[in-house]
Amino acid sequence: MAFPHRPDAPELPDFSMLKRLARDQLIYLLEQLPGKKDLFIEADLMSPLDRIANVSILKQHEVDKLYKVENKPALSSNEQLCFLVRPRIKNMRYIASLVNSDKLAGRTRKYKVIFSPQKFYACEMVLEEEGIYGDVSCDEWAFSLLPLDVDLLSMELPEFFRDYFLEGDQRWINTVAQALHLLSTLYGPFPNCYGIGRCAKMAYELWRNLEEEEDGETKGRRPEIGHIFLLDRDVDFVTALCSQVVYEGLVDDTFRIKCGSVDFGPEVTSSDKSLKVLLNAEDKVFNEIRNEHFSNVFGFLSQKARNLQAQYDRRRGMDIKQMKNFVSQELKGLKQEHRLLSLHIGACESIMKKKTKQDFQELIKTEHALLEGFNIRESTSYIEEHIDRQVSPIESLRLMCLLSITENGDARCSLDTHYGPEHLLTFSNLRRAGLLTEQAPGDTLTAVESKVSKLVTDKAAGKITDAFSSLAKRSNFRAISKKLNLIPRVDGEYDLKVPRDMAYVFSGAYVPLSCRIIEQVLERRSWQGLDEVVRLLNCSDFAFTDMTKEDKASSESLRLILVVFLGGCTFSEISALRFLGREKGKREFIFLTTAVTNSARLMEAMSEVKA
Amino acid sequence: MNRTKGDEEEYWNSSKFKAFTFDDEDDELSQLKESKRAVNSLRDFVDDDDDDDLERVSWSGEPVGSISWSIRETAGNSGSTHEGREQLKSRNSFSSYAQLPKPTSTYSLSSFFRGRTRPGSFQSLSDALSDTPAKSYAPELGRPKGEYRDYSNDWSPSDTVRRLRKGKVCSLERFRSLQDKLQLLEEAVSMHDGNVITAVLIFLKRTLSKEILFRELEVRQVALRHLIHFLKEIGDQKLLLDLFRFLDRTEELALSHYREHLNIQDPDKRKEFLKTCVGLPFSAEDSAHIQDHYTLLERQIIIEANDRHLESAGQTEIFRKHPRKASILNMPLVTTLFYSCFYHYTEAEGTFSSPINLKKTFKIPDKQYVLTALAARAKLRAWNDVDALFTTKNWLGYTKKRAPIGFHRVVEILHKNNAPVQILQEYVNLVEDVDTKLNLATKFKCHDVVIDTYRDLKDRQQLLAYRSKVDKGSAEEEKIDALLSSSQIRWKN
Repeated sequence: MAFPHRPDAPELPDFSMLKRLARDQLIYLLEQLPGKKDLFIEADLMSPLDRIANVSILKQHEVDKLYKVENKPALSSNEQLCFLVRPRIKNMRYIASLVNSDKLAGRTRKYKVIFSPQKFYACEMVLEEEGIYGDVSCDEWAFSLLPLDVDLLSMELPEFFRDYFLEGDQRWINTVAQALHLLSTLYGPFPNCYGIGRCAKMAYELWRNLEEEEDGETKGRRPEIGHIFLLDRDVDFVTALCSQVVYEGLVDDTFRIKCGSVDFGPEVTSSDKSLKVLLNAEDKVFNEIRNEHFSNVFGFLSQKARNLQAQYDRRRGMDIKQMKNFVSQELKGLKQEHRLLSLHIGACESIMKKKTKQDFQELIKTEHALLEGFNIRESTSYIEEHIDRQVSPIESLRLMCLLSITENGDARCSLDTHYGPEHLLTFSNLRRAGLLTEQAPGDTLTAVESKVSKLVTDKAAGKITDAFSSLAKRSNFRAISKKLNLIPRVDGEYDLKVPRDMAYVFSGAYVPLSCRIIEQVLERRSWQGLDEVVRLLNCSDFAFTDMTKEDKASSESLRLILVVFLGGCTFSEISALRFLGREKGKREFIFLTTAVTNSARLMEAMSEVKA
Repeated sequence: MNRTKGDEEEYWNSSKFKAFTFDDEDDELSQLKESKRAVNSLRDFVDDDDDDDLERVSWSGEPVGSISWSIRETAGNSGSTHEGREQLKSRNSFSSYAQLPKPTSTYSLSSFFRGRTRPGSFQSLSDALSDTPAKSYAPELGRPKGEYRDYSNDWSPSDTVRRLRKGKVCSLERFRSLQDKLQLLEEAVSMHDGNVITAVLIFLKRTLSKEILFRELEVRQVALRHLIHFLKEIGDQKLLLDLFRFLDRTEELALSHYREHLNIQDPDKRKEFLKTCVGLPFSAEDSAHIQDHYTLLERQIIIEANDRHLESAGQTEIFRKHPRKASILNMPLVTTLFYSCFYHYTEAEGTFSSPINLKKTFKIPDKQYVLTALAARAKLRAWNDVDALFTTKNWLGYTKKRAPIGFHRVVEILHKNNAPVQILQEYVNLVEDVDTKLNLATKFKCHDVVIDTYRDLKDRQQLLAYRSKVDKGSAEEEKIDALLSSSQIRWKN
């Protein structure tokens, strides 16, 4: 199922423009502080920054030394300090302590804080409280769209998930709306809009407001991307909780892909050093295996290795002239391929070793049983044993959440005993985010709700119900799965080499719910006939469509679909939709996500650590 | 862990526990090995000068010139002398940047900011470019926000909120009546931007008494959640607890109070703090955990003091042979149990550090206890203790082997701890299910068990096949040969 370039595929918009734009904005901001300066960079911003700029660009704009923002006194002796940070309270406190200790020492320097992607009023409040408002100048670097690949844009905001889905803080919605606004400025308006989820709806509305306010900017432009689909992560937690088995997802689960690149350790590189490798469409070997089920990858790599061998072998029996040609024309390509091939073979080996050690086969079997809803008792006891054996707290939490959501009941085991009592707090968080569901949902809530509604005027009542419905989320996974046919009926063996549906990304056992919803809505070009599903998803008020009547969209653009995942998407979902695009009518999906996520990241986002 | 390379390959090829089931069974891995060999053999040819197509990578694996790399360099050198810095400079090849040509991007910087009034030097450049297709992509950037302060007092609530959303400084002081304040809040909420909601809340928090603020927020859940998150973030624990108290959210109040212990480093202070948590209105289940948490830390403090003393005195063998890797303070219960099974296994039930005492105090289930004790004793290679763990006497005085976790698990744990074959064999033999037994015996090379099982199954074919897997001329081979030539056995095939 390797897919080379498809001649029938619509051409993707050129997203490299976003990089240039971000870089030029940063340069502009750096020039706002003329002269030599030291730059303090927040750790989380380093990798994204690396993608768009390098040290020599910073140096050209008079950045002298680079420091990481961390809780240590700064050793910088520069007269000008510039901070490039996420808008976080702890960063403000750090900067304040630095400025205030300078003040105590009678030292005057210039300070500039650049917030990325935007500043928050809470941050300014802290600066004011600490008495340094006015001593530091503030600016915003609206770098919120990083193209990780030709079809993948990431906002690199993993905290979006916790902030919105756990804390109910809507601070990033404006950032999303701004990013969508930028996209429509660059690539034309989106004629067809769809969405599901409370956050999706809010982001959409705010975005629309923006467009109206800055009326005219996108008018008259021909749309490049025909459809946009916004989806909240909590519409489908199940898919994100599953173990991934397509190559790219597996690499992410095993080694953690960070900002489009991965650190392969010595066990992969078969040398004594680690290697940072960019994983994207430019890596020709990777590009051919990234969407494949892991079991196909071996065969592919072996074939590739044989071909390579044959090509090298050709040099035997060449005369001087042919050899010269070979060296000047082919050798470089072959060497590159050789390097990539040995890396990915090494990665496969390492994955196999790790997975064999942890009885991956059994784990997958249990997950599939949970998805299909049989042998629940067996699965439960497997999970209990998993906990007893202290495999890993994150894994155990993940399995419990999967059990709880698929079975619609609280599956709490004695985890606190095993993984430290702080997990009490994690459990409380998981419940609030709807990752663990209550056995008797609603009861206590209804009581509070009725108490509250007595106090409320009619106008506010609607809003409260909204707020509560997201809190009291009851998972109806089983019913939804039936309605949407998420578990394919398999006669005989599911051929993973020639997948017939999106279920291949989970070994043929399960079609990702998120992707199925997107497929169904795009097919109907509306939510019609999906009322029951939407109701079961608790999204009756939050499923929307918006089509412009204008007939300016070319047929080419209508084959491009931008999917926006609010709260993160997984590589498995990306692979599934890439497959769908190829299968159904030569379409191409483009992804915008707040961050690339996986089950471990979701669980870690829910744990409580010291402030 | 100590398996040799050859062993490992054998294990891979023979292991039944593959991560996936493949179409052509055992072939995949050998295929992979083969490709690896092929690729590696090419290395001689390829390795001559790889620099041209390899990214230049520093010792730490970061590409040279990358920002993360450079930061590490600064950090590593920040304390060094001037000379060191100079060196650093040249190594970073920063000195050469001056000669680098400026990037010739088609989108020059100024082209992004055209169309707005700005200092002259920019103007001419952007004017020259105004015919190019470059658009103004960053409309807000050209003018520093500070210059656009607006002290006008007649913005309506909705205008005010919209200006706030754009990041403009905007005075809220004129919203003095409660009605105005609430209208402002409603506008912010209906616009959905959390940053603006928080901005209004900061204003309300400053200008309203907390009773009034709480009362109004109780019926405005979206705003309420923003305030709770804001208070958590700035660490205003006192107001947060007041808020939960006002809202009658007793469980959240308790959890929020309990959460503070994470910020207390000193173990004694933490213990004292936890004591204040016991009795808070948690759910019944959580209450028990909080009590346990307190008791556990109390225990750990005693054990830690005692063991640190023993270790530094150097008189106790176990601590000399196996120095402690970390303090036991704040470890989870199971880790504590493991620790006590490791260092205090034989202690009488009366001591705080004895495993049995822990088991009783914290009502640790049998399964969990056995798993942990097994892992600890196996790590010490105390096979007699392992044996005793599974030996039970029935009322007639017969001994019997029994494992609440199943002997297949026992075998796996023993294997993980590098138990010798003789020990493994003993427990593999106790596995009841024949298939599982054969599986494990094959996986862990308990030849005798495999041979005996095939003999008992009278499976001549399998026995023959197994003969090729044992070493030539080994005792196992002899044993198989003896069996195969025996006339006593009536083979089924």
